[in-house]
Amino acid sequence: MYRIVSKERLAHRHTLFKVDAPEIAAKARAGQFLIVISKKGGERVPLSICDHDREKGTISFAFHEVGKTTKELGTFNEGDELFNVTGPLGNPSEIKKFGKVLCVGGSILIAPALLQAKALKEAGNEVVTVLACRSEEFLFKKAEAEKFSDRVYVASDDGTVGEKGLEFLNDLLSKEKFDRCTVIGPVIMMKRVSEITKPFGVPTVVSLTPIMIDGMGMCGVCRVTVGDKMLFGCVDGPEFDGHRTNFDELINRQRSMLPEERLSSLLWEHEHEGRCRCGRK
Amino acid sequence: MEGNEPRRKRNDKALDEDVPMPRQEPEERVKNFDEVALGYTEEMALAEAARCLKCKNPQCQKGCPVEVPIPQFIDMITQGRYDEGIAVIKSKNALPAVCGRVCPQEQQCQMNCVRGKKGDPVNIGRLERFLADWEREHGTKASARPASTGKKVAIIGAGPSGLTAASDLAKLGHEVTLFEALHVAGGVLMYGIPEFRLPKEIVQKEVEYVQSLGVDLRLGNLIGRIHTIPELMEQGYDAIYIGSGAGLPQWTGCPGENLGGIYSANEFLIRVNLMKAYDFPESDTPIRIGKHVVVIGGGNVAMDCARISMRLGAKVCLNYRRSRNELPARREEIENAEEEGLVCNFLNAPVEFFGDEKGWVRTMRCTSMELGEPDDKGRCSVTPIACSDFDVETDTVIVAIGQTPNPIIQRTTDGLKTNPRNGTIIVDEDGRTNLDGVFAGGDVATGAATVISAMGAGKRAARAMHDHLMNGKKGDRE
Repeated sequence: MYRIVSKERLAHRHTLFKVDAPEIAAKARAGQFLIVISKKGGERVPLSICDHDREKGTISFAFHEVGKTTKELGTFNEGDELFNVTGPLGNPSEIKKFGKVLCVGGSILIAPALLQAKALKEAGNEVVTVLACRSEEFLFKKAEAEKFSDRVYVASDDGTVGEKGLEFLNDLLSKEKFDRCTVIGPVIMMKRVSEITKPFGVPTVVSLTPIMIDGMGMCGVCRVTVGDKMLFGCVDGPEFDGHRTNFDELINRQRSMLPEERLSSLLWEHEHEGRCRCGRK
Repeated sequence: MEGNEPRRKRNDKALDEDVPMPRQEPEERVKNFDEVALGYTEEMALAEAARCLKCKNPQCQKGCPVEVPIPQFIDMITQGRYDEGIAVIKSKNALPAVCGRVCPQEQQCQMNCVRGKKGDPVNIGRLERFLADWEREHGTKASARPASTGKKVAIIGAGPSGLTAASDLAKLGHEVTLFEALHVAGGVLMYGIPEFRLPKEIVQKEVEYVQSLGVDLRLGNLIGRIHTIPELMEQGYDAIYIGSGAGLPQWTGCPGENLGGIYSANEFLIRVNLMKAYDFPESDTPIRIGKHVVVIGGGNVAMDCARISMRLGAKVCLNYRRSRNELPARREEIENAEEEGLVCNFLNAPVEFFGDEKGWVRTMRCTSMELGEPDDKGRCSVTPIACSDFDVETDTVIVAIGQTPNPIIQRTTDGLKTNPRNGTIIVDEDGRTNLDGVFAGGDVATGAATVISAMGAGKRAARAMHDHLMNGKKGDRE
């Protein structure tokens, strides 16, 4: 069993757990992910590693409470035990001195982006971090980002905080030369950033932790077309060349179980939070 | 009960036929996930056991990859000494309830049975299952722990091969750690074979038995990531067995294969068997199944996918590129599937998949195939017939054309020799790899094969590992 050492609310329905898992902590590196199963019989949820403490033997992961399983996970508290945490999975990020790196994190995945920024900074890079969120209330860890970065930009979909949208990156990239860009966030955001960096010729790495079940190369749910090759997110990735990734296919595949996911989420809400969207109690 | 009584009751002619297995009726079973074959009653088992001719030179045993003393356990049944019968089996086979259900006995022990020359062979598999089920109902006996040798062994993968190697090595007194990547042990027995052929509760009972031998099971440990093979050696393991199976799905490579509604057999099976998606939304993991499922392939995995799809309420056809005669699936599985309503389309292969405006598969374009001359293994080649394309309307496609080994261990173990063609680990007949103290067997060495052949490999490797551990044959191999 894996005990939750601490629980942190990052924003509304954005939660970070620090979990006791010394063997995983000993090996975890930026860019890798975990499969978390909250209870016996529960779903296998792929979640990016946000931090590791080799001395204390802990790892951290963050999640957005959006489906049944993540909502249920959100009800766990400090001291509770998780049924299983498997990891570290996937290949670690390529961390070396590139020069000047643009590090973009979006939504809940700002949390693992900061681990990348930290590792890139430690490797001697000049790190410019972009925190992208829906609106001001979903912005978190800005102070931490400033610690690991030479400069931090904030962007929000509605413009309530920082830049409105990501289009400002066009200006930034036309003024300054970057040697590499790493992006981790919602697929649609990774697609947009890759489109922006492409004409500037900035090598761009996106982190694809899409719909997975086993997370170790068995199911093929996470298959993605990169260039002309079919690759597996879990075994070959999760990081791929953003300029050669077929995002549209990926977005389509991510939707494939949407009605089922909505159903189970609604049933859970109805049972545990006493509400459903039909308006009846 | 007198052992020979049933023999007197049946005349010679009747003895040519085996005692039929009671089964759920097709129209009933296609609506549920309960086990299809119900198992012999005590009376049936006695009648079937009495058909054994007690040959002086038993041929059946030679056909068993794990060397089960078949005539002895059948003799115990005829005498009603079931607890001793199961002990005879367990001296060689840690998973009798599994083997009694999923072994292709007709190609192994039963193929050699002398009774088979004139009529049906003695149904050894059903008798094995009878004893295993009897034991489960009457309580499993714990085995005595042998004296410790002080040697540490790591087994990677808690599937049939790893469980067999682990139990054999534990019985020899070695300290065994069994690493399993998934959150439950059993490997393909849990994620691959469906509930209605092999109830998962039974698999877990067999796993518990292996643990009762002193095996330390570590779940959720993907070797190659959390520990590599060289790191395990550094941690003090004296020998390692890699039984990680063949889990990486193969694809047709046809355009459109990444459309929605196209599953690998593995994804489909993992969702349904391991994550119990057939109970969704009671269970948490969903499965989306359409009205018209096409399964591509012709092996046991393809049959399992087809039979699950029918139970989920779909109309199912199986498209296989060769003809009925070449179907690699067990005869019994094909019959079961067809009884349940499976339609087989032979001699065609997919060329392209087309989707609807939402990116969901709608049509599968196939080309007709023709059989050529048999190759040296007796398998006919197939070639496409020019201008023979036709379209099949479908909303769910399951690709069940085989699996290759997962590459993670191979990629993280420097110097381990593998076959560049399919990624299998190269081993000798006893499972030795080119690295000292590192052994491998089962699907990871052979490519996808049967449960029992993987168990046989685990058994042979356990013997060689014991030899290596006790006689320290370090340095024998480069």
